[in-house]
Amino acid sequence: MAHEAVIGLECHIQLRTRGKMFCGCPAEFGAAPDTNVCPVCLGLPGALPRANHAAVAVALRLGLALGCAIREESVFARKHYFYPDLPKNYQITQYDQPLCVGGSLPVGDAGGELRYELERLHLEEDTGKSSHPVRASDRPFSLLDFNRAGLPLLELVTKPVFREPAECSAFLAALRRLVRWLDVSEGDMEKGQLRCDANVSLRPAGAVALGVKTELKNLNSIRGVEKGLTAEIARQRRLIEAGGAVEQATLLYDVEHDRLAVMRTKEDAHDYRYFPEPDLPVLRVEGPMLEAARAGLPELPWARAARLVEQCGLSARDASVLCEQRELADYFEACAAVADGRLAAHWVMTEVLRVLHGRAGSIGDFAARVPAARLGGLIERVAAKELPGPLAKQVFAWMLEEEGGVDELLARHGVRAMGVATDLRPLVLEVLAEHEAAVAQVLAGNTRTLDFLVGQVMKKSRGQAAPQVVLELLAAELARRAAGEAPPPAPEIGP
Amino acid sequence: MAIQRDEVRRIAELARLEIREEDLDRVAAELSAVLDYAQALKRLDLTGCEALSFAPPAAALRADVPDGRRLTAEQALAMAPETEGGFFVVPPVMEGQDP
Amino acid sequence: MTARELWRLPARALAAAVRAGECTAVEAVSAGWEGPAAIWERDVHAIAHSDTEARVVGAGVTPRGPLAGVPVVVKDNLCTRDYPTTCCSRMLAGYQPPYDATVVRLLREAGGVISGKGNMDEFAMGSSTEFSCYGPTRNPYDLVRVPGGSSGGPAAAVAYGLAPLGLGSDTGGSVRQPAAFCGVIGLKPTYGRLSRYGLVAFASSLDQVGIFGRHTGDVALIYALLAGPDPLDATSRPGPPPDVSGWDGGVEGVRFGWPANLWRAGVDAEVVAGLEEAATWLERAGAQRVPFDFLPGEYAVATYYLVATAEASSNLARFDGVRYGHRAAESPDLHALTTRSRSAGFGAEVQRRILLGTYALSAGYHDEYYLTAQRARARIRREYEAAFSRCDLLLMPVAPTLPFRLGEKLDDPLAMYLSDIFTLGANLAGIPGLSAPVTPAVGGLPRAVQLLGPDDGEGLLLRGARALEVQGERARLERAHEVEFAWPTKR
Repeated sequence: MAHEAVIGLECHIQLRTRGKMFCGCPAEFGAAPDTNVCPVCLGLPGALPRANHAAVAVALRLGLALGCAIREESVFARKHYFYPDLPKNYQITQYDQPLCVGGSLPVGDAGGELRYELERLHLEEDTGKSSHPVRASDRPFSLLDFNRAGLPLLELVTKPVFREPAECSAFLAALRRLVRWLDVSEGDMEKGQLRCDANVSLRPAGAVALGVKTELKNLNSIRGVEKGLTAEIARQRRLIEAGGAVEQATLLYDVEHDRLAVMRTKEDAHDYRYFPEPDLPVLRVEGPMLEAARAGLPELPWARAARLVEQCGLSARDASVLCEQRELADYFEACAAVADGRLAAHWVMTEVLRVLHGRAGSIGDFAARVPAARLGGLIERVAAKELPGPLAKQVFAWMLEEEGGVDELLARHGVRAMGVATDLRPLVLEVLAEHEAAVAQVLAGNTRTLDFLVGQVMKKSRGQAAPQVVLELLAAELARRAAGEAPPPAPEIGP
Repeated sequence: MAIQRDEVRRIAELARLEIREEDLDRVAAELSAVLDYAQALKRLDLTGCEALSFAPPAAALRADVPDGRRLTAEQALAMAPETEGGFFVVPPVMEGQDP
Repeated sequence: MTARELWRLPARALAAAVRAGECTAVEAVSAGWEGPAAIWERDVHAIAHSDTEARVVGAGVTPRGPLAGVPVVVKDNLCTRDYPTTCCSRMLAGYQPPYDATVVRLLREAGGVISGKGNMDEFAMGSSTEFSCYGPTRNPYDLVRVPGGSSGGPAAAVAYGLAPLGLGSDTGGSVRQPAAFCGVIGLKPTYGRLSRYGLVAFASSLDQVGIFGRHTGDVALIYALLAGPDPLDATSRPGPPPDVSGWDGGVEGVRFGWPANLWRAGVDAEVVAGLEEAATWLERAGAQRVPFDFLPGEYAVATYYLVATAEASSNLARFDGVRYGHRAAESPDLHALTTRSRSAGFGAEVQRRILLGTYALSAGYHDEYYLTAQRARARIRREYEAAFSRCDLLLMPVAPTLPFRLGEKLDDPLAMYLSDIFTLGANLAGIPGLSAPVTPAVGGLPRAVQLLGPDDGEGLLLRGARALEVQGERARLERAHEVEFAWPTKR
């Protein structure tokens, strides 16, 4: 019997705010241990939490972008469990009245074909970090650092709508793109700014009821999500096919060794003793705050990609690539305002991205050197056939290092862009004059000789001629000769 | 009696408290006495009564600025039983033990 | 001025003397220590931590302000950077916080000086101050009796004259009841009027910092200095606090509720006689008695012991031996470390309440216990609201008995809990309450009555207390008190 996998994801997004969720300590990565702490996030006796406005505003941005229903009143709750990286031994989170409900995330190229439905989004605080140095001589121990304790997190829970691991990795990539797009989070999975747990179960194909699910935790990369789920689905399948039954458990996946390990079985399941946080009032999202969040929303990536397809005639795939980052899309559109859209897209996707990947820089850094208008100007010259491709790439390379417009750069490097017909015409006539025999062959129908003539013009122009223009000019001249007109006198070639 | 010794064991574990075997019955009896007394609430008419959450009219959210309470690492660690190089030291945390 | 003249001055007069240069702040603070404490402290044991140097340093700082040089005994669950803050628990032995509670900071800013940390029931859980890891506090009026709890230390210290003012905490009566047992005034403000930042939490939705004093005017003064919203406490009541400057304005025309059904049974005859006396005094002052029945206290007890223990079990979860506090030595793993540290650090009563609270919140029981109790609170609050539509203040007992003997209620936790039957309601409903002394009972034991008011009714409560003070010929009481706690020559 065939079984299908049913997967749901729980993602934790570290929000981009100046300070922590319930106190004013800085939300800073990489500081010396226990230097970004205060009585509140350290859980000292007598300390009290206060909710950070910025965290709520940022959460609203994401909730609205995902089309969630925003609760006017949501409630913070205490979730109890003993763990050394949890300073109060309870986490302040949201339980049965979360900030956002429902919503969906479109995944895939511009078009919004695939939308994965969400259950909810809620605010909570992050825990501290433990590390486990290994020293042969000492008894084993762990070290705790509470800098991360209290950082604002948004937990996003999807409905169990995924059927393939690849869908999950695509979803995660789309989520990462969105949180960066909105400035909600830096979304760097290596830094733990975006984390993913998955719930997976199998059921007979076509069945409605869900099978027993296992939980896969701390999948630390998009690749890890896909591989981990693949491994777990395979494990469950093997088990079922051998006649066994899947037991509820929590597992960790080691992506290095492609290995699953059971962390906890059902018997150890927690009793979190949730109750509403008495130290915090109900979280009220008032009209002005919601409107401000809504007004602050940029055009969403999928909407922007769709618009680029329509306005610039791009393919869905290309629009999607350009909309991978908001800054990139902004850059592209600024170029496209000055030059042809399709050509600009090609240039940004090839030349610009190549530079970015090569130098591991940001669009911002790139745009500081080569503002969009500047690149747009270059592209426009190519579109107008005033610059041959290879020469344009050379100019681009110069632009990365030097100041100046296209003509300045050409002049500085002693190169003429011979794209204008007036520049090239004399050369064309010269070549025709020098190669009478070839002309006769072309007129007799030998197209290969035409290429030869084009090559001669290119040689004369030291590669600076735009081949298309050369071809057009040659064709025009040859047509005139064919029609019996006398060739014009070879003009003096100027300096 | 509302609570028996097994239940006391379970709650004690949740609360990370050690109750000696010989004390389980006594503790069970003490807890039960209070819970039995709490049955009085069943006689109270609670129609129309929503859980009184004593959070006052919603206070404004805190602005995202420093609030002057940040501690130095030295202050943070001052009362710690065991520290090393700016960290708190504990027996090994099993990777991914509790959630 | 001599120490002998200083130690019994009301806080206002003492501050005035310091500001006028008639004495130094150090002298003002030391007076109580040189005189009464020298005789009484060894037996009464009101103080958990004292530190001569800290006192002197504290006194040196601001000899200016409304409380210039005035010594205050602060309960040991309020964070003070210059004294240990242990909640009288082994769990926090030696713990010194890196910050001051907001009320402590405000006290200092007004010129007040911390005279010492007051002894208390461990983590504020108790009604007799017999559960302190440092040993009990005794009632200054009768050393074989309890001073009440959990703020027995500050109450007793103010009673015998170590300081004119004390700060305690009141979660179910822990300021009002010891005030009554020690013959001083005890005020529990409206929930949220005094900041809880820096008060080690017992039950977050019930805790309030409370005030002890021997004179209504002193209590009013310190209330005005400490009350107000605190940006560090999200449960602070917003808006300006009630104006209590009219505390001496009298009670002409004030209606006080008289719920006699509450003391028809189960309350000492002496306590009832005290109530009658207070009612007479209020009427003499122009107030009007309004008899009606009120909801019996057993519901409050049941509700309280579910809500308070649930919140306590949660608030005390942070004590795990990791970042501060007692850590059990040689623990092989985390589970052992946490469990052993907590079991050794917490006393039996605290452990009992943690277990009860954990149970009330646990899966399967949450709705039946915790949720039901929270709903019952709403019901209880409604009862008070209904009462205050018929009267301005409620008059009722503080405790069903006079101060009981040490050891009398230790074997029966439930009996101990039931002694809070009249005070719990105010915490559940969030309303303010005040304990005011009347004439001592036969045999000389302190006796008091409780006044309750609607939200932000502190002004009216203080007017009521003042009326009792005046009508009760407080001066006569004061003289009697002076005889009782006279200067070193007598014992």
